[in-house]
Amino acid sequence: MSFLDRTARTFLLIELAQGLMTTFRYMLKPKVTINYPYEKGPLSPRFRGEHALRRYPNGEERCIACKLCEAVCPALAITIEAEPREDGSRRTRRYDIDMTKCIYCGYCQESCPVDAIVEGPNFEFATETRAELMYNKEKLLANGDRWESELAARIAADAPYR
Amino acid sequence: MAEAKIRNYTINFGPQHPAAHGVLRLILEMSGEVVERADPHIGLLHRGTEKLIEHKTYLQAVPYFDRLDYVGTMNQEHAFVLATEKLLGIDIPPRAKYIRTLYCEIGRILNHLLNVTSYVLDVGGMTPLLWGFEEREKLMEFYERVSGARLHTAYFRPGGVAADLPAGLLEDISAWCEQFPKILDDIETLVTENRIFKQRTVDIGIVTPEQALDWAFTGPNLRASGIPWDLRKAQPYEVYDRMDFDIPIGKSGDCYDRYLVRMVEMRESIRIMQQCIEQMPGGPVKVDNRKVAPPPRAEMKRSMEALIHHFKLYTEGFHVPAGETYAAVEAPKGEFAVYLVSDGTNKPYRCKIRAPGYAHLQGMDFMGKGHMLADIVAIIGSIDVVFGEIDR
Repeated sequence: MSFLDRTARTFLLIELAQGLMTTFRYMLKPKVTINYPYEKGPLSPRFRGEHALRRYPNGEERCIACKLCEAVCPALAITIEAEPREDGSRRTRRYDIDMTKCIYCGYCQESCPVDAIVEGPNFEFATETRAELMYNKEKLLANGDRWESELAARIAADAPYR
Repeated sequence: MAEAKIRNYTINFGPQHPAAHGVLRLILEMSGEVVERADPHIGLLHRGTEKLIEHKTYLQAVPYFDRLDYVGTMNQEHAFVLATEKLLGIDIPPRAKYIRTLYCEIGRILNHLLNVTSYVLDVGGMTPLLWGFEEREKLMEFYERVSGARLHTAYFRPGGVAADLPAGLLEDISAWCEQFPKILDDIETLVTENRIFKQRTVDIGIVTPEQALDWAFTGPNLRASGIPWDLRKAQPYEVYDRMDFDIPIGKSGDCYDRYLVRMVEMRESIRIMQQCIEQMPGGPVKVDNRKVAPPPRAEMKRSMEALIHHFKLYTEGFHVPAGETYAAVEAPKGEFAVYLVSDGTNKPYRCKIRAPGYAHLQGMDFMGKGHMLADIVAIIGSIDVVFGEIDR
């Protein structure tokens, strides 16, 4: 840049004017923010949110207490105790997830051979107390019942890639 | 008159200073407003990652790498899976290589966008940050669509990637690549020639090429000092040897050059991404070795052998032959590397992580010496530190 050019730019505030122009152009553009609690961004079928335990259509729990999720969990957030039921089938007596430990890596749903434990689309499960985040089997099954239609649709959508 | 003894004033910069980029505690010895000595104190975000990994299988160790440098996460995973694959002696399918390259470049843009714009925020400009975050949002959406998480993806796995790209994703990334340079142009219009930005950055925190080498600088910070060293060119991994791209270098090694290098690197990343999308081959995304990568779900439900492999892999994991290796990748911040020692079991014996930010932060003292207090903010912004990886 020659001396004259540089001096002219300094005195005419060219780069500042250009910057202001750009900012002004953006002012007239449509806004990109969304009104969060009422509007939400898109989520893919792979999104890993709050956990849920699913049931078969006849109402029977899917989980067979194979404990793969417990073994693979890097954060050791899952605790399972198993025992045979009266009818002889192997089921969990206790299925706890400590949501404060969970790192949402998705290994549990990847490892589950019967698609019982899944990470659902729900990411709005903040609580006021820590104790509420210690999920037990009832809570997880209730989650599964509440989200079942969406969970099934997500698994079907992602099935070709798994 | 008795000789008065004046002691330099010492101030704490951080760990709760908004410009300290996380939990940096900098002890500054001031002479008036001039910094005499800058002493970074680290360790406030130490989580013992390296030790924890010694008690995890190779698969379980992957998510820990997301949590090191949490700005461009897949690049860290990449170093670890490369090291594991080196020890296992396996070669991954070409499609997995291209996907990894593509996502590493997305990670680079994610990182540089955050760094450049928050750096501009530190020295007084707020607008680029808002624009940058809009673009980051779109990129994190690409992360989310492929892996299920916006930041902590756990997507790269020893032996390939977790899942194939969903249909339509490549077209969307390609469309994004088309419009992104315009956003970069807008950011440059606001920042590059701006006199206030230049006053704050030109000739601040100069690093000579010798100093950069002596202090083990890597990545954009080294290139800003004029040394054309980039692991993607120097020792190409994945498919970087098939990509056509340039590595930008700076002239004077000051804060302004570090900004410029990052801006150009983002444009080069776009070029690499476009080439990846163009050349993306078909085929599997995991190795066909059932001792390393789990079988597809449909097969697992039908075949007994696949089910056994599935159970084995998710409980015990795979055993890695004894040996040691060093795998380095050009992460957005510099050379991120993993030194992995295996004793033949299913867990690493030792996993040493080489974080580029650690070496860069050591340069704080000589970079900050003789500058004003406000320039420290510009220097911290320009060397791009993230405490997840420094404290590990």
